[in-house]
Amino acid sequence: MAITFTLNGGSQTVDVNPQTPLLWVLRDVIGLTGTKFGCGMALCGACTVHMNGNPIRSCSTPVSTVAGKQITTVEGLSADTTHPVQQAWIEHDVPQCGYCQSGQLMAAASLLAKKAKPTDADIDEALRGNICRCGTYTQIRTAIHRAAEIKASKGGRA
Amino acid sequence: MSMNRRDLLRSGAGLMVGFFLPDSRELFAQQGRGRAQGPINPNAYIRIAADDSVTLIITKGEMGQGTMTSLSQLLADELDCDWKNVKTEFAPVNPALYGNQGVFGSQSIKTSWFPLRQAGANARAMLLDAAAQQWKVDKASLRTDAGFVVNPATGAKASYGSLADAASKVAVPAAAPLKDPKDFRYIGKSMKRLDTKSKVNGTAKFGLDTRLPGMLYAVIARCPVFGGKVASFDDSKARAVPGVKKIFQVPTGVAVIAENTWAAMQGRNALVVKYDEGPVAQYSSADIRKMFAEYAEKPGAVAKKVGDAEQALAGATKKIEAIYDAPYLSHAPMEPMNCTAVVNADSCEIWAPTQMQTGGRNTAAQITGLAPEKVKLNSTLMGGGFGRRGGTDYISESVEVAKAMAGTPVKLTWTREDDMQHDLYRPASYVKFAGAVDAQGWPLALTAKVACPSFFGGGRGGAVDGTAVEGIHTLEYTIPNIFVDWRKADPGIPTTFWRAVGYTQNTFFAECFLDELAFLGGKDPLEVRRRLLGNSPRLLAVMNKAAEGAGWGKAPAGRHQGIAVVNNIGSYTAIVAELSVTKGAMKLHRVVCAVDCGHVVNPAIIQQQIESGIVYGLSAALKGAITIKNGRVEQGNFDRYDVTRISEMPKIDVHIVETNNNPGGIGEASGPAIAPAIANAIFAATGKRLRKMPMKPEDIA
Repeated sequence: MAITFTLNGGSQTVDVNPQTPLLWVLRDVIGLTGTKFGCGMALCGACTVHMNGNPIRSCSTPVSTVAGKQITTVEGLSADTTHPVQQAWIEHDVPQCGYCQSGQLMAAASLLAKKAKPTDADIDEALRGNICRCGTYTQIRTAIHRAAEIKASKGGRA
Repeated sequence: MSMNRRDLLRSGAGLMVGFFLPDSRELFAQQGRGRAQGPINPNAYIRIAADDSVTLIITKGEMGQGTMTSLSQLLADELDCDWKNVKTEFAPVNPALYGNQGVFGSQSIKTSWFPLRQAGANARAMLLDAAAQQWKVDKASLRTDAGFVVNPATGAKASYGSLADAASKVAVPAAAPLKDPKDFRYIGKSMKRLDTKSKVNGTAKFGLDTRLPGMLYAVIARCPVFGGKVASFDDSKARAVPGVKKIFQVPTGVAVIAENTWAAMQGRNALVVKYDEGPVAQYSSADIRKMFAEYAEKPGAVAKKVGDAEQALAGATKKIEAIYDAPYLSHAPMEPMNCTAVVNADSCEIWAPTQMQTGGRNTAAQITGLAPEKVKLNSTLMGGGFGRRGGTDYISESVEVAKAMAGTPVKLTWTREDDMQHDLYRPASYVKFAGAVDAQGWPLALTAKVACPSFFGGGRGGAVDGTAVEGIHTLEYTIPNIFVDWRKADPGIPTTFWRAVGYTQNTFFAECFLDELAFLGGKDPLEVRRRLLGNSPRLLAVMNKAAEGAGWGKAPAGRHQGIAVVNNIGSYTAIVAELSVTKGAMKLHRVVCAVDCGHVVNPAIIQQQIESGIVYGLSAALKGAITIKNGRVEQGNFDRYDVTRISEMPKIDVHIVETNNNPGGIGEASGPAIAPAIANAIFAATGKRLRKMPMKPEDIA
């Protein structure tokens, strides 16, 4: 079945089993591998993307439900790796293995879109579902605070 | 110079520097003993192109521990190139050049400290030679500066790129002099990681991101019981699943091949497989613990004997016994196991996130019947490793699948459930301690009877598996009477290395029991350790640093402290945990860690690795347990195998105590001591001695 949605700003049509999770459509059908498979049950956050600006777990979202919606993946955060969270992540060298970081970045970007200056408690709440086995949590927290500063310095624009 | 070496050095454009790196056995033998004694194998680690780009060849896999960056620092510093021109490539598998390639035991820096610096220094010397010939001056009059050879007398300056071709034609020095550490340009500095940008914009390629033209996708249905086999299967429904291309049996189960990963999973769900479950089906976790307890009463193989512990115990008046145990653990790296392979009649190519490049390639050669040189293994980034990717089981499966699909590239994906239920686990373990203090209350005797499985050569001819007792028999405490022995008790659950290996449970056991002895003698735990570490100046120094940083004995009201130390992987680490227990609920407020890993290559990466080990150790301390029921793992995903979350993070203070010793490891330094530091703090807070990992809320309350 043909399903059309907006992916990173462009129109995308795929012809797949409508039950196929968005994750596997992105990775296997379209070839955008920045979004990661970690658990397949919305338990780890590695597959986080934005649907109409809100974070969703693409591993548990049938592609049929994104028809007509705006999907943003880590590849679409910015054209040149300059989204405030990407800049802050680079400044603080956040990633270790890096596998969970796409999901962490998408969760963080979504948090910043809603709260210009998130507190530690906001960060805990927004990112507690994103597992990092390398333990980059301290760096993530620092980088989110820094990203808020960067975003503010750009007049609040991502 | 042999033909091979000459060809190597002069192949392609620009300079490729050959040098000699001892093989891994030599490196083991040389750890901490100074300069490598070559030559054994010729190697190539540096390529300088005419455009001044410097490509550094990384033989150790990157799984987050920062090797891509830190190994580059070793090469680039002695080469004296410009850091901004540095690029990296993972080395191909080539034992003749690189020895046995793998990344394990926190050895990347300690085994590369001399050889890679020597490679850089040799390359620099050749560039100096080339410039000296060109300018017809004495080499000794020239200097290098960030990618240029300069002549201070004339002001002449030539970039490495412009000299590379000429440099490739000069003789390779046996061993150009290495820098004095005070002259290091990159070593010792927090150079930015070379892989960060690619990891924040989606371009970093992990194993699971491999995509090839015409590639198909595979999953495998495996017997849920360890060691079980497929008896028969009915694939009539599975073949009808849209997207499923082929279904066939492989040695470990039934493979489903499809046009995408999800279709393969759906096909597998529709399979009906009957298994012969085999003997492991009789075991559940309670049986396994009982088995360990029975074995602990049997004679064991002696791992350490100092004085006469039995006699000392018999004569002592103040003594205690205690039983400690720990469960199996899954590694649960964020990237589940996977491997992509294509097998043709005369070749095999693999894309693998592996900690064991040479072993992975050789496994593929065995399965395909090809000569190892006909197998090309491409190392990808790893989404975590933690020891799991030292196994080659998933590579074997992938090659078996690709062999059956000859000519077609196939990516084998393990789901999280596959990964958690077919892991090679951190062994469960059990120890029975006895200990005594003397009339003054100082530790007098300690015996430890350990029972656990073995994956590292134990049990044959009375041999002790060092990984089963390390953390107990390696303790540097000067207790006058110590006896440690081990018996192999193995129900058949597959086991392997797990970040920090035996120390992950044994440091918990030993450092908690030492606290028990301190309490028995009426002593402060820090005071006892200070007295017992008289022969261990490095461990004593980090312990004092951690205690000072934490304000030992001066915790804020309502907070309690515990301390633990570990000496492993050539490094020395101490941790103080500070926590509170309120109405039975424990909150970990602060962790202070001090580490001496000798010379520091990248302080920021060390800090990150220390935090990383603590977070990984926290999951094991407070949450992790793989339990067995009828030979099957009961956990399948992060809902029942929870791990540390950002919301549970304590404040972590890291103190790097730099010394002029050869580098030790860092990736496995901090993990072992966090659990005992917490347990000891919980005892301080509640008077409850927790002797079992993980320490669950209901155990603390």
